[in-house]
Amino acid sequence: MRFDQRHLLGIEPLRPDEITTLLDLSERYVALNRQQQKRSTVLAGLTQINMFFENSTRTQASFELAGKRLGADVMNMSMQASSIKKGETLIDTAMTLNAMHPDLLVVRHPHSGAVDLLAQKVNCAVLNAGDGRHEHPTQALLDALTIRRAKGRIHRLNIAICGDIAHSRVARSNLLLLHKMENRIRLIGPPTLMPAGIDAFGAEVYEDMKEGLQDVDVVMMLRLQKERMDGGFIPSEREYYHRYGLDAEKLSHAKPDAIVMHPGPMNRGVEIDGTLADDINRSVIQDQVEMGVAVRMAAMDLLARNLRAHPKELMV
Amino acid sequence: MTNHLITNARLVDPEAGTVTEGALWLKDGQIAERFDTPLPEVSADLVPAEARLDAGGKYLAPGIVDIGVQVCEPGERHKESYGSAGEAAAAGGVTTIVTRPDTNPTIDSPEVLEFIRRRANEAAPVNVLPMAALTKGRAGGEMTEFGFLLDAGAVAFSDGLRVVRDNKVLNRAMTYARSLGALVVAHPQDPALSAGASATSGKFASLRGLPAVSPMAERMGLDRDLALVEMTGVRYHADQITTARALPALERAKGNGFDVTAGTSIHHLTLNELDVSDYRTFFKVTPPLRSEDDRQAVIEAVRSGLIDVICTMHTPQDEESKRLPFEEAASGAVGLETLLPVAMRLYHADALDLPTLFRAMSLNPARRLGLDCGRLTKGAPADLVLFDPDKPLVLDRFKLRSKSKNTPFDSARLQGKVLATYVGGTQVYAA
Repeated sequence: MRFDQRHLLGIEPLRPDEITTLLDLSERYVALNRQQQKRSTVLAGLTQINMFFENSTRTQASFELAGKRLGADVMNMSMQASSIKKGETLIDTAMTLNAMHPDLLVVRHPHSGAVDLLAQKVNCAVLNAGDGRHEHPTQALLDALTIRRAKGRIHRLNIAICGDIAHSRVARSNLLLLHKMENRIRLIGPPTLMPAGIDAFGAEVYEDMKEGLQDVDVVMMLRLQKERMDGGFIPSEREYYHRYGLDAEKLSHAKPDAIVMHPGPMNRGVEIDGTLADDINRSVIQDQVEMGVAVRMAAMDLLARNLRAHPKELMV
Repeated sequence: MTNHLITNARLVDPEAGTVTEGALWLKDGQIAERFDTPLPEVSADLVPAEARLDAGGKYLAPGIVDIGVQVCEPGERHKESYGSAGEAAAAGGVTTIVTRPDTNPTIDSPEVLEFIRRRANEAAPVNVLPMAALTKGRAGGEMTEFGFLLDAGAVAFSDGLRVVRDNKVLNRAMTYARSLGALVVAHPQDPALSAGASATSGKFASLRGLPAVSPMAERMGLDRDLALVEMTGVRYHADQITTARALPALERAKGNGFDVTAGTSIHHLTLNELDVSDYRTFFKVTPPLRSEDDRQAVIEAVRSGLIDVICTMHTPQDEESKRLPFEEAASGAVGLETLLPVAMRLYHADALDLPTLFRAMSLNPARRLGLDCGRLTKGAPADLVLFDPDKPLVLDRFKLRSKSKNTPFDSARLQGKVLATYVGGTQVYAA
């Protein structure tokens, strides 16, 4: 069991065996979370700061709960309302926080690469909770854990990622992870929401849902941001739902036991049919939320172990 | 009065396309004589011993003329002043800098231009020739006073990296400029497609999640400009052509006899999009770095002469404007002092030989601006650079003379060093 990372900035730097290590440890936290006594002391004495430069309820709550269950002292900072508005730069904010000696820093930022930049300036472990359209590694890991539990494996599956690929960090991280684990990936969406050069990532690109969903094991839906719905990238919400919204009919082209995933929050009736989303035989959306806490506990546990094992590096 | 005899040199002659052993006698600001033998016999009456320099077999070339340098005066002197830019240029073998008007306020009136020329001549040890704005405030609405600005010393008209969106405005400005024989320097780029982009679209930009622009936007911008050149007959120079797709349009326009030239930046010749790596903002330039295929095509275009000019697009940015997430960080790189050593990468890689490099860095830009320099012939201005193309160095950005240190070549291993620079026969830099 090896995990050699100092930060969790993305899926890109992870090796397949590190991903497996993290998923295996997550399983133990899934079990812990289902007990009445959920408390562990793995992070006791450590300080975790959640720094969100972009709105988030679910991810922030998940990280907060994960830290608390492991016994860390958790502080939430909502950065939209804070010093950034007063003109402080990201690096100054990072230096200020660094002086408070946090051990784990969870960061979400609206710009790609901002979390990497911040990680260069602090000497604690940094977890990327989403940066621009770059990466959202814990989401991809929780998706992988959900798939592994539902399908019994996380390799050699046919997986479709559908919707707004271009603006999605979830899609990028999933693509990287599923590719590393040797799955066959299809990307389905209108061409205006497909990033350039994406075929070079080793995925098959489809513009038609039914064609793309043919015989897949997993259907991952992505959220379509409100501001992209009207005229800019797609003609209208209703046309999008008609052509790309997942409903029972479109899903019938996938394998009979295909599972349906969504990172949330969902737009019912835009990218996914409400009834389908609630269908406990097909939808694993609630499982994803549960796995999210466990995966974040595992990630922070592993990073904290590395912190404790190499404290000298922290002095630089 | 200046008087130097530089002997035992290798003369890089971009006009003849040769590198030959020889010597130059510089007198009264000009090349008084060119000798085809390394150690000519010149009487001590004409050149005393202390005015003689044995170049030791190093290379002597016409000084570099850099079109499109941003000096942040007036407005942002903390980023770059005429003094610091001039020192950097001298240390880089650049003997003439042609400045951009994108300052604050914009250089769009004869009054501001006169101020700039006065400041520049006091502070900079090299020649400074200003470009003036094409439209007032670089706002793309009304043309500037081309006539007065030409009288005040403007060598060309440009809105810098801003594109005039309104075709009617550009059409009229070009028509008026044509009547005065003025040169228009434009930035070929479709402004709508490239809005907000900080990378070139493709696998790398998608992987990094950066807003990107298709290389096609450059061709679209160039196509538009060339159609207006055809309508107006204006003298036109594209500041930077950086993509393979834009080259056929350029070739066609030249083939049809239009008065069109093009440049490219040293950064686009020596770096590609992958150099951005983990969001290194010193590699953020405008237009964004391109694919390796584009880089190779542009090198070939410089070799063939389709692209006439290599420039730095020297753009100073302070630390604060670069220490930001990639999308938010300011664009641009300094280049005056690194141009020659970095250009030697192309020489050592056998991509471009020395006469071709100096054709693009010295001869062609001088010709385009109607300057007499850029040549090693008798009677030409004694603007020269003496350099050693083989000398290795590791670049330390904090040792750059520019006030801003935003070079993408920090810590880079380079081979090629400027030994001395002469402007009008006066030595303005010695290593």
